Amino acid sequence: MSNARSTSIMGRESGDRVVLLLVIALALVMVAPVLWVIGLSLKHNAELMANTNSVFYPPYTITNYINILGTSSVFRWILNSLIVSGGLTIFTLVLASLAGYGFARLNFPGRDILFIIVLLGLAVPEQAVLIARHQIFGMLKLHNSYQGLILPGLSAPFGVFLMTQYFRAIPKELDEAALLDNASRFTIFWKVLLPLTVPAQATLGIFTFLWSWNDYLWPLISGTKKEMFTLTVGMASTQTNFAQSEGLGFLMAQAVFAGAPILILYLFFQKYIVTAVSGAAVR
Amino acid sequence: MVEAVVSSREEFSSSLAGHKAPPANVNAAQWRNALFVAPYLFFFVTMLVFPLVWGIWLSFHKADTFGVGKFVGLANYARLFGDRIFLLSVGNTFYFVLLTVPALALLGLFLALALNRQTRTAAFFRAAYFSSSVLSVTIVTLIWRIVFVPDFGFLATVYGWFDTKAPAFLSDPNLAMIGIAIATIWWCLGLPMMLFLSALQQVPAEIYEAAALDNANRWQTFRSITLPSIKRTFILVVLIQVVLQFQLFGQARLMTQGGPNNASKPIVLYIYDVAFKRWDLGLGAAASEILFILILIAAMAQYFLTRNRGEN
Repeated sequence: MSNARSTSIMGRESGDRVVLLLVIALALVMVAPVLWVIGLSLKHNAELMANTNSVFYPPYTITNYINILGTSSVFRWILNSLIVSGGLTIFTLVLASLAGYGFARLNFPGRDILFIIVLLGLAVPEQAVLIARHQIFGMLKLHNSYQGLILPGLSAPFGVFLMTQYFRAIPKELDEAALLDNASRFTIFWKVLLPLTVPAQATLGIFTFLWSWNDYLWPLISGTKKEMFTLTVGMASTQTNFAQSEGLGFLMAQAVFAGAPILILYLFFQKYIVTAVSGAAVR
Repeated sequence: MVEAVVSSREEFSSSLAGHKAPPANVNAAQWRNALFVAPYLFFFVTMLVFPLVWGIWLSFHKADTFGVGKFVGLANYARLFGDRIFLLSVGNTFYFVLLTVPALALLGLFLALALNRQTRTAAFFRAAYFSSSVLSVTIVTLIWRIVFVPDFGFLATVYGWFDTKAPAFLSDPNLAMIGIAIATIWWCLGLPMMLFLSALQQVPAEIYEAAALDNANRWQTFRSITLPSIKRTFILVVLIQVVLQFQLFGQARLMTQGGPNNASKPIVLYIYDVAFKRWDLGLGAAASEILFILILIAAMAQYFLTRNRGEN
């Protein structure tokens, strides 16, 4: 073992080759399940019932994808997800920018202790507030509504934390120069500082959108009516027992169809998404 | 008194800024300034602080769909620790964390080391390994159920080529958690890799050049330069993943429904079943508080272990 390791490290070439082979092998393990699903989605249901091995040879078909257009609730769910994730993202950006500016730049009684309390909120997992939230929303008749799906996410402290850090990093001379010109606090925020925070807005916006799009727990217990399902919950509701499923190909086509938008988004905004997700994790 | 607080605050902020303070009236503590944080604080208090307190309060009461009943003290907690299924779900959750976190940290580190170079191939693989992380739990479980499903799944097909039978990952009580762990590692591997990559890129290149001048071989360089400089990130990655994986829910609910025979039921699924299927809200709230304490311990460890080292 140690012998093999030392030779592969001493000889750079062969060492590199072993590492590369491992990376490729692992990548195949990563990709194979996805290819399998895409393959199944391109086959007739009847053919799959007989034998899934048929996925390795033609004929292929796009019937399953065409069927999505007519018979599936997927579009309603995508619309719901767009409204919920889009709404949450916009409101989060507004709230977090205002609060970030307030905490970073302005002085008001109890500011520092309030900021610490908000930071402590980062340690509260969703599960610890889930049951009480569900009760409150029940009393306010907010279940099965877009407000009900959006509001809980607005309390997440991460955005405020991120924006506060970002505002603090902007030189104070900018504010002071504007103050000498008799600009109001809001004007300074809106005209001078906010345009400088665009990178942070992008990071926070992408993270919030992605998180909300993929959220499963709250939408599952709050949006219980089929027409209020988000895409994530709706897709989960269609997953019945495969063994009895005659629509295997159709189910797989739905999965590909539901996963594709976010993967395409990832292709275009890869850099931002990676920064957003890793930034949120480190906090 | 108020003036003293205000002036000390001014000193504090001006010493932070490192230059002379602007006119006193500008930086004075004013209630008006709190308007900027008020909208967020409204949601913070109503959607987070209040439910948190209510949840703790609920856990000491008898509560169901008909409303909150009388104060029962620690009875819910006593019931919880008398419930074999709850204890099983705690054990399952720890087992799951043990299955996933070391694998995620080590695989992530391996990939980061292998892909930390400026080539197109490396960039391609980095993007590919991270891509699964953007999918929702629903898509991930759908993919892996169709891999694991007996007779016509992907695994069964591959095993079929060698005329053997694939292990029944989701229906064997001893394998169910492992099946969920495999799907989870596949889903979550991107983040540890990226965190390690950004840590590796912060190691100054001069150190490696110096090591090369000293004729250090790869293993020596790795052990005496790379490893010490990513130690903090390693702790960070492990603790982030502990917190994340403690909250296992969707994969278990969608892949095995916690079965067979509760063998793969994690704490959050227990909470979900108790609170939203049986509507035993007091018991569910008590279980949530236990989970909260467990996660808090990991979060505190993250804070203290990673911050302290950063200052030294």
